[in-house]
Amino acid sequence: MTGFGVALKQAFSQINRNKMMTTASLFSITAILLVLGVFFLIVVNINNMAEGIKQDFDKIQVYLLDEVAPQQSEEMMAQIRGFSGVDTVSYLPREEALDQWKVKWGENADLLDRMPTNPLPNSIIIMVTNLDYANAIVEQVVPMEGIEQVNYSQDAVDKLLRITRIIQIVSLIIILALVAISILVVSNTIKLTVLAREREIVIMRYIGATNWFIRGPFLLEGIIIGAIAAVIGSVAVGAIYYYVVGHFGMDLALFLPNGFVPFDFMVANLLIIFLSLGICVGACGSIISMRRFLER
Amino acid sequence: MLLSEMRSERTENERDGMIEYKNITKRYGKNIGVEDVNIRIEDGEFIFLVGPSGSGKSTFVKLLLKLIDADKGGILYNGYDVTKLTPRKIPGHRRSMGIVFQDFSLLPKKTIYENVAFAMEIIQRPKRTIERQVPQVLELVGVADSARKYPHEISIGEQQRVAIARAIMNNPKVLIADEPTGNLDPETGWEIMRLLDQINRRGTTVLMVTHSREIVNAMSKRVVAIKDGRLVRDELGGFYHPEEDDEPAPSPEGALPL
Ligand SMILES: Nc1ncnc2c1ncn2[C@@H]1O[C@H](COP(=O)(O)OP(=O)(O)OP(=O)(O)O)[C@@H](O)[C@H]1O
Ligand SMILES: [Mg+2]
Repeated sequence: MTGFGVALKQAFSQINRNKMMTTASLFSITAILLVLGVFFLIVVNINNMAEGIKQDFDKIQVYLLDEVAPQQSEEMMAQIRGFSGVDTVSYLPREEALDQWKVKWGENADLLDRMPTNPLPNSIIIMVTNLDYANAIVEQVVPMEGIEQVNYSQDAVDKLLRITRIIQIVSLIIILALVAISILVVSNTIKLTVLAREREIVIMRYIGATNWFIRGPFLLEGIIIGAIAAVIGSVAVGAIYYYVVGHFGMDLALFLPNGFVPFDFMVANLLIIFLSLGICVGACGSIISMRRFLER
Repeated sequence: MLLSEMRSERTENERDGMIEYKNITKRYGKNIGVEDVNIRIEDGEFIFLVGPSGSGKSTFVKLLLKLIDADKGGILYNGYDVTKLTPRKIPGHRRSMGIVFQDFSLLPKKTIYENVAFAMEIIQRPKRTIERQVPQVLELVGVADSARKYPHEISIGEQQRVAIARAIMNNPKVLIADEPTGNLDPETGWEIMRLLDQINRRGTTVLMVTHSREIVNAMSKRVVAIKDGRLVRDELGGFYHPEEDDEPAPSPEGALPL
């Protein structure tokens, strides 16, 4: 424990002695985290939207011909329940469907009232457990007797799935690239302190200090830089998000099912991610910068 | 009777601090560091390692400290092969040796006391032990009065004494000194030599690399000469041969200053 105390003291004095460079790398890493953070905000929200939109698509609506008797529709529903991937199957009478429309239309609902007859057919609503089953279910339902139309937009779902996958892959690549850059930045900063203390390190090696003893202060220096950058980055990204949600949250909620991911949740996760990332980046950077000065 | 004989024979062969180089070769690319070196150094010996510049003297001692890796051969020491030490075992190995090197100077921003104490802090000795032993060792090498000074405030000879104090701080079995009298005037060089002799008399094996003809000739110790990486001479009570130096051979009077 005293060894840790010595290393910690040494780490702070190194940071103090090398203020310029530490500040510079702190800024660079904070900037990188900022980009990473904004990116993170966008990705998480897009994923969130996609989830919301997907929810609309795990429903297959089967419009029935008017001549289908209640008895027959019961049989059809029983049959559909046997298909794999089907969660629930329910019957939506035409009157209820019209009521739902009226709710959706709100103030314009009186337009529907003025219609001479209810234009909507009776339908069966199939909820699927997983979107992947949807196509197979639709294919099995279409040939059944008494069906007017099966309402399910496969194209939209496929497109959505493809877009989310692309976003995930691109985001992963960008995150990895940014992490690599920040490791480079930290390792360069620490290389400077290492060079400034090269004589000490040589003496330590010659006298028989262990690698971890020599590395300790530099490792802590990297971790401290990473952690400070993480906190600054989280605060900055949090502020940006707070502003965006405050100004556009209401507008967005109108046409997106889930709206924004809540601020608290986002910032808490961001802090955890940034801290672990910052600490890892700092530690990796210092270990890399010290490699050639230590026993292989 | 028989048992005690056997026991004494075994300790004879495996005594602590005994060093044995076996067919050691080290090259730096095309440059030869040392070539097929075989030598045995007994516990408590004092050895001068002499030879022209670039003959491989520093390479010889760096191999023993595992500061560099041998290409071929082995170095037996303390019951293990130095060339086969894993990185985890290297620090422990080095702690059994004291080092006075030219590229291993004092830290300019630390006082004399701190420089010596540093050697013990590095290997994580308790604070109380450090506080007790540093003054003693500074006293032993004769720089106790300068404990609070910084390296630039004392003479080069005194700095070298401090370096020796740092090297013997942790009670090494072997003391390795690479040209410890190198940039000292003859008078100061002799003081350092006497100090190393004194340390050797206390039981420490001393391996000293030197170019000083006067010192080698006067001390009458074991002299090992190296040339182009090969051991060319190894004799007890040896002298410094002119052809082993890079400087032109001196006049007869100059060869025997004492
Ligand atoms: N790091 C290195 N890289 C390449 N060649 C080296 C290296 N170190 C030493 N050599 C070469 O190995 C040979 C032996 O060098 P070494 O330093 O052991 O000689 P030395 O006897 O100590 O010389 P000096 O008396 O000048 O200190 C020389 O030819 C030198 O140029
Ligand atoms: Mg040398």
